[in-house]
Amino acid sequence: MPNKVIKVEGLSKRYRYGAIGHGTLYKDLESWWARIRGKEDPNLRITEHIGPGLEGEWFWALRDVSFEVQQGEVLGIVGRNGAGKSTLLKVMSRVTTPTNGVIKIKGRVASLLEIGTGFHQELSGRDNIYLNGAILGMTKAEVRSKFDEIVDFSGLEKFIDTPVKRYSSGMYVRLAFAVAAHLEPEILFVDEVLAVGDVEFQKKCLGKMEDVAKEGRTILFVSHNMAAIRSLCRRTILLDKGGLLMDSATNQAVAYYLSQNLIEGAVASKEQIESRMEGLIRRRNPFVRFREIALLDRSGATKRSFHSDEDIIVSVSFECLQPIPQIYIRVTVVDENAIPVLESINLDDPIATQDSKQFTPGVYNASCVLPKNTFGGRQFYLTVHLVYLKTEHVFVNKILEFDVIFKGYNSRYEVTGDVFIRPQLSWTIQPGCREQLNASPK
Amino acid sequence: MDGAHKEEEKWDLVIQPRRLWFDLHLRDLWCYRDLVGLFVKRDFVTFYKQTVLGPLWYIIQPLLTTVVFTVIFGKLAGIPMDGVPPFLFLLAGNVTWGYFAGCLNETSNTFVKNAGIFGKVYFPRLTVPVSVVIINLVKFSIQFTVFLCFYAYFIARGAAVRPTFLLLLLPVLIFQMAVLSLGSGILISALTTKYRDLTFVMTFAVQLWMYISSVIIPASSIPEKYLPIYMLNPMVSVIEMFRYAFFGQGVVDVVYIVVSWVVTLAILSGGIILFSRVEKSFMDTV
Repeated sequence: MPNKVIKVEGLSKRYRYGAIGHGTLYKDLESWWARIRGKEDPNLRITEHIGPGLEGEWFWALRDVSFEVQQGEVLGIVGRNGAGKSTLLKVMSRVTTPTNGVIKIKGRVASLLEIGTGFHQELSGRDNIYLNGAILGMTKAEVRSKFDEIVDFSGLEKFIDTPVKRYSSGMYVRLAFAVAAHLEPEILFVDEVLAVGDVEFQKKCLGKMEDVAKEGRTILFVSHNMAAIRSLCRRTILLDKGGLLMDSATNQAVAYYLSQNLIEGAVASKEQIESRMEGLIRRRNPFVRFREIALLDRSGATKRSFHSDEDIIVSVSFECLQPIPQIYIRVTVVDENAIPVLESINLDDPIATQDSKQFTPGVYNASCVLPKNTFGGRQFYLTVHLVYLKTEHVFVNKILEFDVIFKGYNSRYEVTGDVFIRPQLSWTIQPGCREQLNASPK
Repeated sequence: MDGAHKEEEKWDLVIQPRRLWFDLHLRDLWCYRDLVGLFVKRDFVTFYKQTVLGPLWYIIQPLLTTVVFTVIFGKLAGIPMDGVPPFLFLLAGNVTWGYFAGCLNETSNTFVKNAGIFGKVYFPRLTVPVSVVIINLVKFSIQFTVFLCFYAYFIARGAAVRPTFLLLLLPVLIFQMAVLSLGSGILISALTTKYRDLTFVMTFAVQLWMYISSVIIPASSIPEKYLPIYMLNPMVSVIEMFRYAFFGQGVVDVVYIVVSWVVTLAILSGGIILFSRVEKSFMDTV
């Protein structure tokens, strides 16, 4: 008999735009004093001037969300940025309280909302394992019994007594994930851990999660990585604007999410990009941000349907917020399953690299020509990465969709161009078989 | 009805909007006692790894303050110090007050200082201030040792001070200071999440509190009719007892001790209630 381990009933979470109250005692007293004298509150003006929708307005991060999870199930949670995925996990892991509704949980819970929480720079890896373990809810004895396994998993035996301030960011993440992975909770919440670390480590993490799932534990997995969701979860819920839009088999939910996520038209605005942006984001002090991504033809007109004998121009506008020496822009054409078909990086072009050695703050436009007579007649999608060194890496997956209508290279045959790449290649046809031709080179 | 009840009981954790005032989860704190220990260890290691100047500062600071106080209040103002050498009298007050004020200042910014970690993972928030109060004992023991050295020196020079049986109660006094500073610290930390400008008032308020806590002016110099009000400040009784223990001088009375404990526990309960209210909604306001 399946055993319910999580039951979420009518869960809502409301936030208020802006601060609650005035944030200072002085202003509260000022408002109070004004009210007593029957005068206008001097601190009220913010509401009226900015207009409706901001100060004092409520914002529902979650609206009446209900679902159940059975023991041993790996539930995927998908949705755009701001759909409420992270809020859901935050409420479930008790970082914040719900406004309405009830969550009932059976068994010990651990959450990997952001790994490495509470790591202390001065402490050694060893001490941090204990500290981090305790923050995540383990007792000292539990950590001790797992210690060797944790160190082994992280692959940091040699550096375990070095202060973590000397670790590289990769080592840091590995250690943090190793601790979290060995928590042995009955229920595990995971949020986007896979966005960090190298590919090999990501695979290791996914493998560990699969193991955990096989042991009959329950996982709630929030991710933008559809491939990971597909491989790990059998059931997925889709959140949109705080509400539960879909609760079904993963393939169905993911397909729906991907189709819904597309932008109509050939231009992705700043807002559209930001609501879909992923990656390593340093919120406090960003270096670069997307402004606009558009598809153009040679005349500069935006469009999303091209003939195969037209050049396709990918225009990426970005903003530098701080002076930086170099930027890395990667344009990838992918298919509907996000499998890359063609890729180009701005640094591939030596002339462009030479010309753009220094970026002062301001808006820039990079354009890349996907030459005519390259693609077959198909639907393609565009993924764009924007990277500044190792500190900032933002990307949008499948931000724009475009069709290529294959024209054929002449009209003497039936046009069949339903392939990814269909360039005009050179052919030679000669009489004779291969051996004969090799024997007498041309 | 009975079946439904059984169903409810099977859940280990029920998260719902907070409605009750006394929903404190103090048992959680016990489950996370290892975390308190590790926080203490973390702070101790960071403390230990500081340059020599850090720990040295803990010695210099009370000494310097005491010298200044001795000149101003002992020599210039001529405040009677119960016949105890002014320097020793003021050093005793400064060292005890130093522990209390240190804990209070540090615990009072619990939320602001730990916003980052609190926003990411749940653990009983009280573990942080509790560990602060414990780690401050290290600082206190350094300063207390300094005090003991001067105490021995003054006795050797023939100062008219003598230890009393109250010395046995020293751990209780330190415990009471810990409880009181924890209580008032978390009370203030809960308030500062709503009112940020309270942080600035805090430093000033702690200064003022010192002047009415018998650190400089002994309770024996307070006019008789104001004494009951004066003794409502729990720190007065603590510092008077501390000095009585070492010098045999001071206002010590069972009634005052009881009053002091009652106020201390009232502040602690108020602090815990307000703190656990704020710890649930705090992440939405920062």
